[in-house]
Amino acid sequence: MTTRVLAAAGLALLRAGCGGGAQPASPGPSAAAPAESGTLTVLAAASLTETFTALEKQFEAGHPGVDVKLNFAGSSDLAQQVVNGAPADVFAAASDATMKTVTDAGLAAGPPTIFATNVLQIATAPGNPKGIASFADLARPDLKVVVCAPQVPCGAAAEKIEKATGVTLSPVSEEADVRSTLGKVTSGDADAGLVYVTDVSAAKGSVQGVSFPEADQATTNYPITVLKDAPQAQLARQFVDVVTGDAGRQALEAAGFGPGK
Amino acid sequence: MSRRAPSPGRRAPAVALPRLLWIPAAAAFALVALPVAGLLLRADWPRMPELLTSEAALDALRLSLVTAAIATLLCIVLGGPLAVVLARGHLPGLRVLRSVVLLPLVLPPVVGGLALLFLLGRTGLLGRRLDLWFGITIPFTTTAVVLAQTFVALPFLVVSLEGALRTAGGRYEAVAATLGATPGYAFRHVTVPLVLPGLASGSVLAFARSLGEFGATTAFAGSLQGTTRTLPLLVYLERETDVDGAVALSLLLVAVAVVVVGAGRSRVTQGLS
Repeated sequence: MTTRVLAAAGLALLRAGCGGGAQPASPGPSAAAPAESGTLTVLAAASLTETFTALEKQFEAGHPGVDVKLNFAGSSDLAQQVVNGAPADVFAAASDATMKTVTDAGLAAGPPTIFATNVLQIATAPGNPKGIASFADLARPDLKVVVCAPQVPCGAAAEKIEKATGVTLSPVSEEADVRSTLGKVTSGDADAGLVYVTDVSAAKGSVQGVSFPEADQATTNYPITVLKDAPQAQLARQFVDVVTGDAGRQALEAAGFGPGK
Repeated sequence: MSRRAPSPGRRAPAVALPRLLWIPAAAAFALVALPVAGLLLRADWPRMPELLTSEAALDALRLSLVTAAIATLLCIVLGGPLAVVLARGHLPGLRVLRSVVLLPLVLPPVVGGLALLFLLGRTGLLGRRLDLWFGITIPFTTTAVVLAQTFVALPFLVVSLEGALRTAGGRYEAVAATLGATPGYAFRHVTVPLVLPGLASGSVLAFARSLGEFGATTAFAGSLQGTTRTLPLLVYLERETDVDGAVALSLLLVAVAVVVVGAGRSRVTQGLS
């Protein structure tokens, strides 16, 4: 008993020493907490690559002995993996619909938290040579426009905006994911693409973003949850706290995400 | 060349196979067959007719069949002569040439698609000039789909045909030459009939590869119903929202492949090669 208390105290000290104040103390990880070690598996939407990689480093610094494994892919692929029994602790999706796949299957430990939002932006070649200034401009016949297919979240958002504005686009391609859409613009084969604000900011200058007010009519939610069968449930909750806490908010904001709910 | 053509392997009295062979052979078969069986079990059969007759599915099927057929034709017209050069030609650096032709087999198809984009895209090496001089852009067109399929399928035809040419050897052509046949005549009347089974099996492989092609197409051609969205691209997209739909379309792809490969194999390919 004494040794356990001592060990816990030592651990707490260690954490206080190494954490560097990078994150707020997670709720109730006190004496009862088992020794923190092992692997925390986080499934996250591809658009979270930069932010979650940064948060992973912070989390690992604050939790010595813990190895965070990040698995990035399209949200629906990840949802399918969860439903088919892939062992994982945390799931962060890029749409409510994909999260619903997991919650409907009864595989979430609790109700998901919306930790960020994202809106569409027009991506053009650097310098915007075709002078695209509005969403309505995308219907110009001289433009090759690429969007996501309606089956994926970014395409559903684009469709929603089309309906709301009454502007009908005739895209040359409807891509299966947002990175492919962006890729067609960066390669110069398309004049414009409808992607997320965060994709434009992640492209670091290889495309130029054109914002349009109608984008607000189709915000995409990013929900996160601990999974019911998480092998590391406690660590998983702490990771979710980091993502929804100050550190997470800062990293997400820097990447162009909007605030969660 | 009829099916009855004498082929030594077939005529010889049957020798029992070593028993040990059966185990890995069965494992190999299971490795391929069981996942497909899984697809069959997972399929939503009552909804199948509805899933397969949607406009999107029919458009994709039509596009897949047409583009794969054209790509196979291109493979025969371009890859056939290439195989002959590789098997019979006397050129320095032939070995290097052969490795280059085989590259699409090792390259991830998406990379192949990017390579095509770098060459023929609107800002590509050649594509830029096509756009500037003729106003032609290739990405996002059905032509791009055919090019992507031809790119990935070509090695299959070349390898099969080159193998057949090597197995056949040059003896008959040599005899034909002593009888006064010109190289052209001997090629048409001796070489071509001799390697027809190899050409047929190569074509079947090329068609099957074209039909299943995904990565290069999505990277180079994009995805638009009726223009560039072939069956594999539709499957990939469909599984985002409707896994049953994706499974149904995959089975359609499997069925088409079985019919094509089966037909091709049973007819001509069982002769020499």
